[in-house]
Amino acid sequence: MRFRFRFLVPVVAVAACFTAKAQTPDYKNVGRTPTAQEIQAMDIAVSTDGKELPPGSGNAKTGARLFQEKCAACHGESQEGSAQAPALVGGKGTLTSLHPKMTVGSYWPYATTIFDYIRRAMPRYQEGSLKPDEVYSLVAFILYRNEIIKEDDVIDAATLPKIKMPNRDGFIPQNMDEIHDWKVRGCKLGHCP
Amino acid sequence: MKTKDSGRRRFLKNSAAFAGLALGAARTAQGADTPADTSAARPKDLHSYGERSRYETSARLGAMGLYDPAPPGYHRDFGYRNPIQDSVGYITPAPLHFVIAHGYEPPDIDPAEHHLLIHGLVDKPLIFSLDDLKRFPSVTRAHFLECNANGAPAGPTGQYRVAPTATAQDTHGFTSCSLWTGVPLSIILKRVGVKPEAKWIIGEGSEKGKHTKSIPIEKAMDDVLIAYGQNGEALRPQQGYPIRLLVPGWEGINNVKWLRKIKLVDEPYMGMWESTKYPSLRPDGLSRWFQFQMGPRTVITRPSGGQKLNGPGFYEISGLAWSGGGLVRSIEVSTDNGQTWREAEIQSPVYPKAHVRFGFGWDWNGNETILQSRCTDEVGERQPSVVELAKFWKVEPDFFIKTGTIPGHFNAIQPWKVNSDGSVQNAISF
Repeated sequence: MRFRFRFLVPVVAVAACFTAKAQTPDYKNVGRTPTAQEIQAMDIAVSTDGKELPPGSGNAKTGARLFQEKCAACHGESQEGSAQAPALVGGKGTLTSLHPKMTVGSYWPYATTIFDYIRRAMPRYQEGSLKPDEVYSLVAFILYRNEIIKEDDVIDAATLPKIKMPNRDGFIPQNMDEIHDWKVRGCKLGHCP
Repeated sequence: MKTKDSGRRRFLKNSAAFAGLALGAARTAQGADTPADTSAARPKDLHSYGERSRYETSARLGAMGLYDPAPPGYHRDFGYRNPIQDSVGYITPAPLHFVIAHGYEPPDIDPAEHHLLIHGLVDKPLIFSLDDLKRFPSVTRAHFLECNANGAPAGPTGQYRVAPTATAQDTHGFTSCSLWTGVPLSIILKRVGVKPEAKWIIGEGSEKGKHTKSIPIEKAMDDVLIAYGQNGEALRPQQGYPIRLLVPGWEGINNVKWLRKIKLVDEPYMGMWESTKYPSLRPDGLSRWFQFQMGPRTVITRPSGGQKLNGPGFYEISGLAWSGGGLVRSIEVSTDNGQTWREAEIQSPVYPKAHVRFGFGWDWNGNETILQSRCTDEVGERQPSVVELAKFWKVEPDFFIKTGTIPGHFNAIQPWKVNSDGSVQNAISF
C-alpha cells in the first residue's frame, strides 16, 4: 500500500491541475422546476414547530371511534399492543428499569412525530389513506389515553406543536447545536457517555 | 429509449434460442433468490446474465431464520443477514448484502417514472429524473454499510447472537461493503443553491412507510452520495433501486433507500425511527440520540463459529475490519485468549469507511484456544472489549444481555473458541 500511495499521489496531483482548469461547471439546465402542487403532494414531513401541519382538527372522542375501526386490531382495544404492533400507552416511570416500557406516552419526545408517522405509515397496509381530520383525531385519542390532554381538547396545527411530551427532556444533548461534533459531546465513535 | 427497446428485442430473441438450456440450469441453483422480480416473465439466459455455480449455496438468513405471518407482499422480520463467514475479499456481492427495511418490501419502481425532488431552504427547488442525475459527474467509492443493531447481544434477536452455536452471520451479518457509484450530494446541493439557514437535510423514501431521516448539512456537503450503482451495475431493489442515499460510516438508518425527496431544513425533523427507536436509552433514564458514526470493528470470518479445523497445522486466519471514523490504521490478532496481540497483514485496498480484509498466518498446535481481533482507526479509536465498552456506558457488562432495550453500536471484540477437536464456537461472555 505504501508503494501505491507514493506512486499515485503525484499522478493524481498532476491530473487534478489540468482537469481543474478545464471548466467550473454550474450544472445549468440539469433538472426542472417543480410545480407548487408537486411540492405540496410530497411535503409531508412535519417539523417540531409544526409549520407543515395541514388544516383540520380532531379530538379524542372522534379519535376513539376511529381507533377501534382502524387501529385496535393490531394495537389492541386499549392501546396495550400485540405481537403485531407496539403498545401506545403506559410505561410511565419505567425508563430507568432494566426492562423499560417505551411507549408514545412514556418515551416519545415530540407530539408532532405522532401526526407525521400516522399520516405517512398508518394503518399498516393502507398507508397514506387517512385524512388530516382523522389523523388529528387519532393523535388526540393517543394523547388523551396517555393523560397528556383532556378528552375535549382540540388538536390542530396550532395546538399540537405546543404540547410538551412527558419525556421531552429525556434526550441528550438537549441542544441541537451541540449534536454535530461527537468529540465535543465526549462520545467515542457510536457511543456517547 | 430507442436503443433500450431494440436491446430488449434482441435479448428476447436470444433468450428464446437458449431457453431450453438455460432454464434447466437456472432451476437447479440454490440459495438467496430474491422474491418477486421479473424473472418469471423472462427466460433466463446465463450467457446474458450469469449466476454463480450451483455448488455455491451461501445465502442471507432472516435474523431468526423465520418470518412472522403477514399479508402477501409484506414480511415482518428483523432483517436479512449477510453470510459474512463465507466472504472473500472486501466487497459483498449485492445479492448477499444485508437487508433491513423495517419490514417493508422494496417498491417496484420503474426508473423512467422515478424522480428526486429537492426543496426547502434552497434558492431553486428542482426535480431530477434518473437521466438528469447521470448528467452530473459521478464517483465510485468503496463503503461499508452497517446496521446500528449489528451484533446487539440483547433485544429480539440477542439470544441468537450470544449463543455458543452462533456463526459470524449471526454475530456480524448486519454489515456489508460495496463499490457505490453515484453523484456527490454536494454537487446537487450546489445546483439548487443552499440557503445559509439550512442546517439539516431530510431524506425520504418511496416504500409504503416512507422512511425519513434527518442528517446534518455538514455531512451532506462532505461525503454523502446519491447512489444509483452498486458493484458495477444498478442498485438491487432491496438496496434502494433506482436511487438511495449513501451516508458513509454512519448508522445504516441514514442511508435512505428508494429516495424520492430531500428537503433542506433548519432543524432535525424527529422522524419516528430516529427519535423513538434509534436513541440509546441507558440506565440513568436518559437517551443518547443522533450518535451517527459506527465505531471501529473487526471480525474473524475464518475460522469462525460453526466451522471446523481439519487437525493441527497451518491456517490463515482471515477477517474484516472497518470503522466509521475513516481509515483503518492497524489490525491486531490474538491467538492466545488476548495475552499477546500481533499485527495482522492487510490484504485488500484500504479505503476510508470501508471493509478491509486482513490475514494472519497461524500454526495451530491442536490445543484449545481463543482467537480474537481488534483494530484502531485514523481518529485513534480502538475497538473495545466488552468490559471497556461497559465501563464507558457506566454499566456492568451483563447489562448488555439483560437489558430489555437493543444495545446498538455493540462493537466489542469478538472471541472465537477453537476446541481441541477443531470445532469453533462463539465465546463472547459478559
